[in-house]
Amino acid sequence: MAAGNTYTQIASTTLGSAASTVAFSSIPSTYTDLILVISARGTTVATSSSVYFTTNITGANYSNTWMVGTGVGAASGKYSNLGQGYLGYISAASNASDSRGNVIAHFMNYSNTTTNKTVLSRGNVAEAEADAYVSLIRGTSALSTITVGEGGGNNFVAGSTFNLYGITAA
Amino acid sequence: MTPMLGIMASAISGNLWAPAKDYDSIATTTLSTTASSITFSSIPATYRHLQIRLFGQTNRGTYGGDNFYMRVGASTVDSGSNYAWHMVYGDGSATGTGNGTSATYINVLNGGCLGTTAGGSFGEVVVDLLDYANTSKYKTTRALGGVDDNGASSGGFGRAVGFNSGLWQSTTAINIISLYPMNGTNFNAYTSAALYGIK
Repeated sequence: MAAGNTYTQIASTTLGSAASTVAFSSIPSTYTDLILVISARGTTVATSSSVYFTTNITGANYSNTWMVGTGVGAASGKYSNLGQGYLGYISAASNASDSRGNVIAHFMNYSNTTTNKTVLSRGNVAEAEADAYVSLIRGTSALSTITVGEGGGNNFVAGSTFNLYGITAA
Repeated sequence: MTPMLGIMASAISGNLWAPAKDYDSIATTTLSTTASSITFSSIPATYRHLQIRLFGQTNRGTYGGDNFYMRVGASTVDSGSNYAWHMVYGDGSATGTGNGTSATYINVLNGGCLGTTAGGSFGEVVVDLLDYANTSKYKTTRALGGVDDNGASSGGFGRAVGFNSGLWQSTTAINIISLYPMNGTNFNAYTSAALYGIK
């Protein structure tokens, strides 16, 4: 039977000025899953810019598999043994100035200390692509920090929003 | 400048959010040992939509990825040929599609969405069941799922991500949902399936 309401905002920021990364620290371990919602635009000169992430699990322990549709075709690829994972693509400097891309990422069982961690995410850039990513973090530590960065090595523009939610299973 | 966010930062900035109380945890199964299926029964009809969040692995021993199938019903799950599904996936090298009609289950992400004993990873899947209690229309589902094993296994979708749509051709309200591994015979320990209701 229902255990009650869940889906609680843990932290929220709207950038007042451009920033290359946004960090969520001291994430409590009291939730079952985390959901990160990003509405952002990168300053990289392109029609889309990737969003990468790191956590308190460091080293070349990240890998991911992705799929993208661009309106011209579909493709899939993978990366192994990286120092960061990827969540998807957002709008970038070559898009209309007011456009924003969005990413929604799921960090399930993020605080368990038995298994490696898996992150599932979707990215949307209406002018360029729709994509899906799955990342593996090889490490059994509970996730307590998550840092996201603009993958082109540039910045997220001012006004970009980053919201972290926690949900608790019955 | 790199903003550092956390509980303290949120409290200082006054950004703590008042929950809308529209997303409830209904039930959760976390396996302490293997199980051949996971069932949510006696699901109340008081929500608009349902969401299943699955963190899972099967005992498939030969490939790095597996998937699962889903049946729904009223009191008992329907195993008749009343389901259909479509999906698209990427396996790290190419994209692919699949579908089933007059099927006896919804195949959730045949391209791979669960880890296996062989690959060692756990996959993640989010399944939405829309208007599950409506008695005027067929029921539709959608899923996003994926698994990555960093190349630990050879073949068998140890690395895959994809989407899926599903249909149950019945106007009966759903109050039971069962999940079954597709290729493995069991879900492994630490597999967790959580059911949520959205008002």
